[in-house]
Amino acid sequence: MKDKIRELLGKLGGLPVAVDTLADSADLYAAGLSSFASVQLMLGIEDAFDIEFPDHLLNRKSFASIDAIAETVSAIVEGREAA
Amino acid sequence: MNMMSEIRGAGLVERAREVAAVAAKHADAVDKEGRFPHEAVAAMKSARLFGIQIPILLGGEGATIAEIAEVCSIIAQECASSAMIFAMHHIKLSSCVSHGMGDEWHEAFMHRIVREQLLLGSATTEAGIGGNLRNSICAIEVDGDVCRLTKEATVISYGKQADAILITSRAHKDAASTDQVMTVFLKDQYTLEQTHVWDTLGMRGTCSDGFLFKAEAPSVQILPKPFAEIAAESMLATCHLLWSGVWYGIALNAVTRAQAFVRAAARANPGTTPPGALRLAEATAELHLIKSNVIAGMERFEAAKEDPAQLSSMGFAVAMNNVKIATSQKILSVINQAMMICGIAGYKNGTPYSLGRHLRDAHSAQLMISNDRILSNTATMLTVHKLDTSLLG
Repeated sequence: MKDKIRELLGKLGGLPVAVDTLADSADLYAAGLSSFASVQLMLGIEDAFDIEFPDHLLNRKSFASIDAIAETVSAIVEGREAA
Repeated sequence: MNMMSEIRGAGLVERAREVAAVAAKHADAVDKEGRFPHEAVAAMKSARLFGIQIPILLGGEGATIAEIAEVCSIIAQECASSAMIFAMHHIKLSSCVSHGMGDEWHEAFMHRIVREQLLLGSATTEAGIGGNLRNSICAIEVDGDVCRLTKEATVISYGKQADAILITSRAHKDAASTDQVMTVFLKDQYTLEQTHVWDTLGMRGTCSDGFLFKAEAPSVQILPKPFAEIAAESMLATCHLLWSGVWYGIALNAVTRAQAFVRAAARANPGTTPPGALRLAEATAELHLIKSNVIAGMERFEAAKEDPAQLSSMGFAVAMNNVKIATSQKILSVINQAMMICGIAGYKNGTPYSLGRHLRDAHSAQLMISNDRILSNTATMLTVHKLDTSLLG
């Protein structure tokens, strides 16, 4: 999952640095993720994983790092499977 | 919840009215000469209004956003420039109150604001960036215990009169443009070299000249949280809500003048309804809409305040953006209605019904963080954020 997230981040994140240089825990906002790019990334992730982010997860924290994104996506996927 | 009935601050409304009375005396001169409203600001200091937002623990009064917005509205009914200065001071102060608690230097600074009634200014606008406050070109240089900053600040409202300036920059020389911090610099820690003159259509008393800002101070004065968090969790909401309080006050006074005009006409011709009466009814309906919009926004902010996840959520940002858009657009149509009612007496300066200053001041509302910028920001969020489908939620 993290590889896919990295790929989307590289394509949609508009970061001034290469995604390979970022650790999974690196702060993406400090790395230059703009609010516009973060929304593009959310859309890309929704499409790639066939999910929809509920509003309570649409906040800065959910997208603060690759780890945080993976956690958010997992929570939605698991919730769907449990349902 | 009726927040307006909960003005707890000791005599806050009375103190605001005293300031408004002083502001009223000088409002036309402040506007005409484009000068700083030093009488009204001195009155704010003697009414001890600059520290009201600070927690009681630090010597303040712990005023809520609703109480501060009420003060903004009361002063704006007499002098919009004075009210805007008061609002901008409290917007800056909200960053310290929300993000400086627990930090030794910033707590001591808040104590000092209460004691000395310091006026806080803001420098977010920068040459090459404009009003896009979530980006910086300049970077703060931290050298051991000391930090230094040079910024081409094209707008610093009341820069010459402020006692301290809160200024944004990149967090370090290699930081991305969005990786920002905010730093407090005290008056004796910076120099201002004027580069732009504030000669504008309205809000002339805010004296928002441009400066080359150069400063050096202890690095503990950098606010301990990233500016991205400060902007999302306190500054943008406080901005939109307190500005809206000011704008509501301008529109309310325009309608009050129009009502006085209609009443005078009704008294002069008993038994007939004056021609402007219908428009007055329409204007009050619009005014009511603005008021409800601002109050709903403040209630939402108060409810979200204790929860950082809610404060940084898209739903909250969209709601605050919408308060700003609606208020800034609606006040223009309300003041225009008032002008139609008062006719030439409203168009002329120096009558009890003059509305020129109201209309000119109100035109700034759409431009202070441009509505186009806010709308495109909301438009981006609406590609993922889904609208609330309940009336009350």
